[in-house]
Formats: sequence, C-alpha cells, structure tokens
Amino acid sequence: MNATETIAPGQNSQIGFWSASGIVAQREVSVRLRSKSFIISTIIMLVFIVAAVVLMPRIGDLFGGPGSLAVTPETTEVAAPLDGYELVEVADEAAAREAVASGDADNALVAADNATGLLIISDREVSTTLVELLSVSPEVELLDENAPNPFLAMFIAIGFGVVWFSSALTFGSHTANSVVEEKQTRIVEMLLASVPARALLTGKVLGSAVIAIAQVAAIGLAAILGAAIGGNSIVLDGLAEPILWFIVLFALGFVMISALYAAGAALVSRTEDIPATTQPITWLIMLPYIAIIIFFNNPFALQIMSYIPFSAPVAVPVRLFLDSTEWWEPLLSLAIMFVTTALLIFFSARVYENSLLRTGKAMKWREALRTSA
Amino acid sequence: MESGRQYARSMIHIEQVNRSFGSTQVLRDVDFTISPGLMTGFVGGNGAGKTTTMRILLGVLEPSSGRITVDGEPMSAHYRAGIGYMPEERGLYPKMPVLEQIVYLARLHGISKQRATERATELLERLGLAERMKDDLQSLSLGNQQRAQIAAALTHEPHALVLDEPFSGLDPMAVENTLEVLRDVADTGAPVLFSSHQLDVVERLCDELVIIADGEIRAAGSREEIRSANTSPAWDLETDADTGWIRSIPGIDVIEFDGGFARFHAPDADAADAVLQQAISRGRVRSFAPYRPPLTEIFQEVIR
Repeated sequence: MNATETIAPGQNSQIGFWSASGIVAQREVSVRLRSKSFIISTIIMLVFIVAAVVLMPRIGDLFGGPGSLAVTPETTEVAAPLDGYELVEVADEAAAREAVASGDADNALVAADNATGLLIISDREVSTTLVELLSVSPEVELLDENAPNPFLAMFIAIGFGVVWFSSALTFGSHTANSVVEEKQTRIVEMLLASVPARALLTGKVLGSAVIAIAQVAAIGLAAILGAAIGGNSIVLDGLAEPILWFIVLFALGFVMISALYAAGAALVSRTEDIPATTQPITWLIMLPYIAIIIFFNNPFALQIMSYIPFSAPVAVPVRLFLDSTEWWEPLLSLAIMFVTTALLIFFSARVYENSLLRTGKAMKWREALRTSA
Repeated sequence: MESGRQYARSMIHIEQVNRSFGSTQVLRDVDFTISPGLMTGFVGGNGAGKTTTMRILLGVLEPSSGRITVDGEPMSAHYRAGIGYMPEERGLYPKMPVLEQIVYLARLHGISKQRATERATELLERLGLAERMKDDLQSLSLGNQQRAQIAAALTHEPHALVLDEPFSGLDPMAVENTLEVLRDVADTGAPVLFSSHQLDVVERLCDELVIIADGEIRAAGSREEIRSANTSPAWDLETDADTGWIRSIPGIDVIEFDGGFARFHAPDADAADAVLQQAISRGRVRSFAPYRPPLTEIFQEVIR
C-alpha cells in the first residue's frame, strides 16, 4: 500500500461477517470454559450419568443377594439347586427356627406335612423369590419381549425433558447475561463501531451453542459409553438412536432458543431486568418439559409435540424409544424446526439490532420490531 | 501501520448532518471538517450534541439527513472500521484480562492476533500499564481503566481517531502520556477529533477547534481564526498611575479596570497605540500587550 492509493467508495474490505462472528464466538467459548462453576458442574453431571447407567442393572445387588437359608438334612437336596443362597445346615426343624430367630439365617426350609412337603420359616416377611423358586409355575410365552416398560419410558421421557429444559435454560441465560453485560458496560458501542450487530449476535449464539451442544453431546455419549462398559442393554439397544436424534434436535433448538434469549436481553439495560423480557421464552422451554411428563404414554399427544419446534427435541427421541414413529417423522420434525429456527433468527436479529443501543427502561418486543435504530 | 498508510492524510467532512430523537432535534445542519494530521478539539456544554455527532461519525447511529465523507466520497465501511473510537460511556469487559480484551477488540477490527498482541503490549507499556496487563479490568483503578480504554482505541493502528472525553479522570502525568500517544497518531497524518470539558487542556492541545451548542456548530477553525472572528481586539495596560482617564477616550471601550490596570477594546492597533502614548506621558508604563482571551472566555462568548 502506498500513500497515494485511494479506496473506491463502497468497497468494503473490512473484516468479514463470518470472521467477526468467529472471533466473537471464540470469546464466548473461552469465557465459559474459564468459569470454574461451569467446569465443576459439568464434571459432576457426567460422573452422575455414568454412575447411573453403569449401576442401573446392579441396583438389585446393592440391597443384598438372596441371603442365607437354613436347611435340615431332609431339605438339603431340595435347596441345593437354589441359586445364590448360602446354605446353613442345621440338625432339625427346631434348630432351623432357632437359626432364623437368632439371625444366623434369613430363612429356613424344613420338611412339612403338606401338599408341597415343604415349609418356609421367615422372621417377619417372606421372600417371594424363594416362594417362587420353590413353586411350580406355568410356562410363559411373551408376545413382544422387547416392548418398553412403561415406567422406564416415563423415566426416559423425564430424562430427555430435564436435559433439554435445564441446558436450554442455563445456556440461554448465559447468552442473555452476556448480551446485557455488553450493554451495561457500554462496550457494545465499541463493538458496533467495528462489526455489525448481526455478526455480534451470530457469534454469541454460535459460541453458546458450541458449549451447550458439546455439553449435551458429552452427556449423551457418556450415557452410551457407560452403558457399553456396564453392559446396560436398555440404554445400549433402545436409547442410542434416540440420544443421537436428541443431540441433533437439541443443537438446532438451542440455536433458536439462544437467539431469542439474546434478543430478549437486548431489550433491557440491566441484568436485573432480564427476566422481564425473557419470561415468555422460559415458558416456551418449560411447557414441553411439563407436557412430556403428563403425556409420555399418549402417542397422539407425543405425535403433536414432535411437530412443535419447542417440544420436538424431547418428543421425537421419546417416540423413537417407544418405537411409535415412522422413519420419516423425525426428519419432518427436523425440517419444521429448521424453518422455524431460520424465521426466529431473522426476528431476533431485528429486535437485537434495534434495541442494542437503547438504554433506560426495558423496551417492549413490539416496540423493538417496529422502530429502527 | 498498513491501515494507517492506506488513508494517510484523508480529510473527514461532516456534511449538513441533522438528527432527531422522536420530536426533538438534537443536531441541526452540523457541518465541519477534521483535517489530517491535526488534533481537532470538539467542545460544547452537556447535551450540546457532541456524543450524538461522534456516534453518527462512527456509524453507530444513523443521521436523519446529511452524510459523512472522506476526501469527498461517502465514508466506506472499510474506512469506518479503521477509526479508533473511545465512546463517552467507558466500557470494557470487567472480568476479562486487560491485554486479552484489547487484543479481542483489535481483532474485530481485522488485525491478526499476533500483530494485535504486539501492538497492545507496546501501547500498554507506553501508557504505564505494563504490570497490569494480565489482570482483570475490574481490579484496576478508574484512572488505569481509562488508560486501558485509550489503548483499546489505538491498538488496531487506526487511520483516524474519534475520542469522547479522552482525558477525563486522568492525572496530569497520564494526560501527558496520553497526549504523546495521540500526537504520534496525528503525526502519521490521521485526523483526530476529541471532545473535552477541560477547556484549558483543549486550548493547549488542539490545532483546530469546533464549538457546538444546542445542536448547532457555533464556531470552527483554528484557535486564532475563532478568536478573531468572535472577539474584538483588546489590549492590557498596566501603569504606576491611575488609568481611569482611558474611559474618556472616544472609541475605546474599557472591559476591566482596577487602579493601574485596564483592559480595553480598541477599533484598531493605531487607536491602541494612541492610548499607550498617552499612558507614557502620564506616568510609567509597566506593560502593554494585546490581550489573548483564553478559550473559556471565547467559549462563553460563542455559545451565548
């Protein structure tokens, strides 16, 4: 470049939109990663998830095995095939009663003069397992061995609901705070002097999204990995696909939510005022969470929820788990979310641009849409 | 200074800018130039329109009408992105280390990370913040935060500077440091506009002056131009004897009078010389000199 060179009017070689967004996003990520509370809470959450998945199939073991069984010489043979019982051999029925009463054995099995020829002696409560093992049972034929357990379905529905709700809320609030911090400290004026408002918004949303998606993906992968290590077949067989869909839908849904939070926060000038404008967004992410708890076993309600962009990230994985969805339905949900996200980003960008430099009392959403800066 | 050279010696012209907020018009046909290589002082009372003008200059606000040109062409986004700006309301991230956020801001202006780090380090050292670079901004004193703010406006090697109250809150040493740094930028041929309430500082620093009141430019030009345009020539006379007799000379207007001292307006230098001759004949003259009113006085006169 030499001193006489002039720039043609309108030529724009300032920093590009995407490089500006990238630099802004980088800062958002590095600020978040530097927060000790974020790191610690993420680690705790991951440890908890892995522990839950690994331990789930072994919960029975935690409450002790079958226990010990006092047997007399007459019943030793009958008790021999009973799996897992620690046999305590005693001389006779009286000694067996004594053993149970004193706590030397949990139960006793003695010969008796009845239809089965056996008598179980227990302290306070009889072990149904023991009764079943010694009973003659009819043969059972299961029509759909793999049908989901309704309670399991509920827990899984709540699980997706909680992860969606808490992650969207936490990271959405982070986005909101970061927007207001810039307004409150007035640094936004320096930022706007170098980059357009839209680049700033894009960078913020992307930065938040990267962190939020990374965290949710880590949770999902921890669950799948934990299941693989612990041999938890429920998670491995039934949940891997729903979890992967959840991560995809969450990514899109989070971008949408976080853009809305940024726009809502731009309307106010002080951190204390954030809830005033972001309340409606909080409802948008809380309602699907409540709805999934109520409707987890109502296929029609779930179908509707899977087409509503705000509840799709929860409803689609639950339907996949219940196997109540056609192959194309998750794709349709994804397409609907994609379009909605695009529209809401456009809407948020307009609100954000128009309200970023306003100070004083909170603006109304409608006001910010109408006015121009 | 790649970006600096590209636009070296460009003239910024604020052309007939109007701006209203709702029904209140805050700027009326604001028109002045910021010359390359010069420091232009921008003075006006509170609410006179300084900050609004600067925001429009930076493209942070849109003018209702009028335009900003650089060497006669409308200011391009590229030029605008290379301006060093210090807004009236200070703002940096409280919980981010000083050096890191200055580098961040410079990168948004399109400077590479490495270049920005070098330049920011050098500036912070010159401004006396070398030891505090790694500290969070909020742990710095207000004066030091102000210095960090100045560094933030200069790190991207700006080809023009627009600074709102750059000296407020600085101690005299820091004012000198800052001034030196700003001078260096002006010496590269960059136009520099800065506002200040400290008229004595402006008087000492600026090459040109723009005075704004009620959203209108009341005076613009070099200090001497403004002085001669807005004040009639005056002289100070100090003698051993009483100077009361000056009042009776036709055409002479005494502004201030105190025993042997008199300050008076005279239509021209000859009339003033006549007064001096008479004073010599009446007693010993200790001093006689044209009076150069300080900026505060001109300012009061101009915004009236």
